[in-house]
Amino acid sequence: MLMSIDSISKSYNAFPNPPAKVLHDVTLNVDTGEAIGLVGESGSGKSTIAKCMLALIKPEEGAITYDGIDVIHAKGEDLRRFRREVQMVFQDPYGSLNPRMTVEELIGEGILIHKLEPTAAARRARVAEMMEMVGLNPNDMDRYTRSFSGGQRQRIAIARALVIRPRILVCDEPVAALDVSVQAQVINLLQDMQKKLNLAIVFVAHDLAVVRHLCEKIVVLHKGKVVEQGTREQIFDKPQMPYTQSLLAAVPVPDPVVGRARRAARRLETAN
Amino acid sequence: MRIVHPMPDESTATPVRAPLVTVDRLTVDMPLGRSGSSVRIVDGVDFTIGVGERVALVGESGSGKSLTARALMRLDRLAKLSGRVDFDGIDLLKLSDRDMGKLRGSSIAMVFQDPMSFLDPLMTIGDQVAETLRIRGIGKAEARKRALAVLDELGVDRAAERLDAYPHEFSGGMRQRVVLAMALVGEPRLLIADEPTTALDVRVQDQVLDLLDDVSTRRGLAVLFITHDLGVVAGFAERVMVMYSGRIVEDGDVASVFAKPNHPYTQGLIKAVPRIDQDLNTLYAIPGAPPPPLARPSGCPFHPRCDQRFDRCGKDLPALLPVGLSRVACHLLDGKGA
Ligand SMILES: Nc1ncnc2c1ncn2[C@@H]1O[C@H](COP(=O)(O)OP(=O)(O)OP(=O)(O)O)[C@@H](O)[C@H]1O
Ligand SMILES: Nc1ncnc2c1ncn2[C@@H]1O[C@H](COP(=O)(O)OP(=O)(O)OP(=O)(O)O)[C@@H](O)[C@H]1O
Ligand code: SF4
Ligand SMILES: [Mg+2]
Ligand SMILES: [Mg+2]
Repeated sequence: MLMSIDSISKSYNAFPNPPAKVLHDVTLNVDTGEAIGLVGESGSGKSTIAKCMLALIKPEEGAITYDGIDVIHAKGEDLRRFRREVQMVFQDPYGSLNPRMTVEELIGEGILIHKLEPTAAARRARVAEMMEMVGLNPNDMDRYTRSFSGGQRQRIAIARALVIRPRILVCDEPVAALDVSVQAQVINLLQDMQKKLNLAIVFVAHDLAVVRHLCEKIVVLHKGKVVEQGTREQIFDKPQMPYTQSLLAAVPVPDPVVGRARRAARRLETAN
Repeated sequence: MRIVHPMPDESTATPVRAPLVTVDRLTVDMPLGRSGSSVRIVDGVDFTIGVGERVALVGESGSGKSLTARALMRLDRLAKLSGRVDFDGIDLLKLSDRDMGKLRGSSIAMVFQDPMSFLDPLMTIGDQVAETLRIRGIGKAEARKRALAVLDELGVDRAAERLDAYPHEFSGGMRQRVVLAMALVGEPRLLIADEPTTALDVRVQDQVLDLLDDVSTRRGLAVLFITHDLGVVAGFAERVMVMYSGRIVEDGDVASVFAKPNHPYTQGLIKAVPRIDQDLNTLYAIPGAPPPPLARPSGCPFHPRCDQRFDRCGKDLPALLPVGLSRVACHLLDGKGA
């Protein structure tokens, strides 16, 4: 087990109201090289869990352990290693990249911070290699991100996270802001990176079809609680909880035959 | 699960309907800053919507879906429109502002993606729904009565009590019902729904779709449903129009378009969407990204991304021509029309 989240609870201050508890006793594990999906409706706590996993916020109760490191209390070298080995990609490919930095500076920043390459030339070479790997043209290294499309920016964000060879990549709705035809490129890239680098991926999304495609393990959240977790087959083929079932039943299927049949069936149900 | 697609035949093909709206060579130009120059966003679209017909307009961000829809209602003051928009025998582009204003809400109504930005936080739900009617000079009591009836029809429970509630007291799904009620209270014949479910969670989205489905069937209401999500239209629309870079590239009944998409872009879009009922190792991905309107490629605007392009594609713009029951704009299908 690479990371374990053990019974964490988290509240946010809601002054003048009493603090609101948004995570209740959440437990889940991430194994090396595995893609795990966090799904649930808006406000169910997906991003809050992701932020806890990245140590951007701290839960009040419970424990988070990454490869022997107590994440909540980590300091010094432990914290530095954690910051290097657990990386993130966010939804907004526009807001998350500094417009005043070139592609090389953006992707190379982590190498510099973590002192991973001794010389500028070596750093540049590593950036070029990474760009190639995520399907960007290394010749674009000196450009600014302004002129890049959403899909290309998301590739830059992924390259930036992966260049320091993390073992976990936490992605919060990484394709939600992308066009349909571009979304597939990014999903394929993540899948490819997972295999090539034996990377664990924590994938937060509201699109269940995308999650099913990418993740072998799924955690279903509802109002800050884990209602069900299991393998892809368990969750999608034999969901046990009514909440999971209702979530799956509502996913639109791009097929008129299935779509109409489903709506007709529901009408019958409500009529009877 | 395996799905067998029946090909449409006489029994499943949609009946021919009397046209309600006929759009002919519509173009929309938007000004570029204060320079006085402009950019053509919608580049000559033709289509019809039949009485009571449900048509989906799909396409990616920036393809011009919203501006096309807004042009039908002449909502953008800065937009320069040309072509014809015939609504029940009237050319909307020639109407005076005053007459157009009267038509909005009563003949054509529109709902948008974000209900909150459309609702006035300081006005009660009842007053907002009744407002369309009040503007038309209908008395207060009568307007309130009709507002209540529509909210009821749209499944807002305890509607009578909630007439005096404010928008913030409603959940996202309920707000979308209120916005829908505002649109429907004037009994329009065409409802334009611009991504009305995009911001909603999947279960709520599904409920709103069911609702739209019921209302349009019951009232014989034509719906132009705008979305970038092919999944959403499949179970709802009768016809689907696919837009790319300011033009319609395919238009056909839903069953044929999904069973046998003709345009390479439509084919790609359908293949690129992961499905909950399907296993694939790798998703099909269309290379590149949609072009911005200022950098629209020559010839077929899809050609830099098309895996079936040939020499003509970079030079000539393909026209939208009939192919079987559909219309398609692609050189591969030239001369294959009916
Ligand atoms: N900084 C904050 N302060 C106060 N409350 C917050 C804060 N961030 C999130 N919340 C609340 O915590 C709950 C969980 O939010 P979270 O962002 O984790 O949900 P989510 O599942 O990611 O939702 P979405 O799908 O909308 O992104 C929500 O009720 C939200 O309003
Ligand atoms: N008021 C405006 N002035 C200038 N350009 C505009 C204006 N509104 C939209 N555009 C441009 O017109 C193009 C088409 O916009 P439109 O909103 O119709 O796209 P859309 O297909 O509805 O996309 P989305 O799915 O993102 O809503 C975009 O490139 C957009 O930047
Ligand atoms: S016209 Fe040519 S480039 Fe355009 S879609 Fe058809 S084959 Fe592809
Ligand atoms: Mg979130
Ligand atoms: Mg739009």
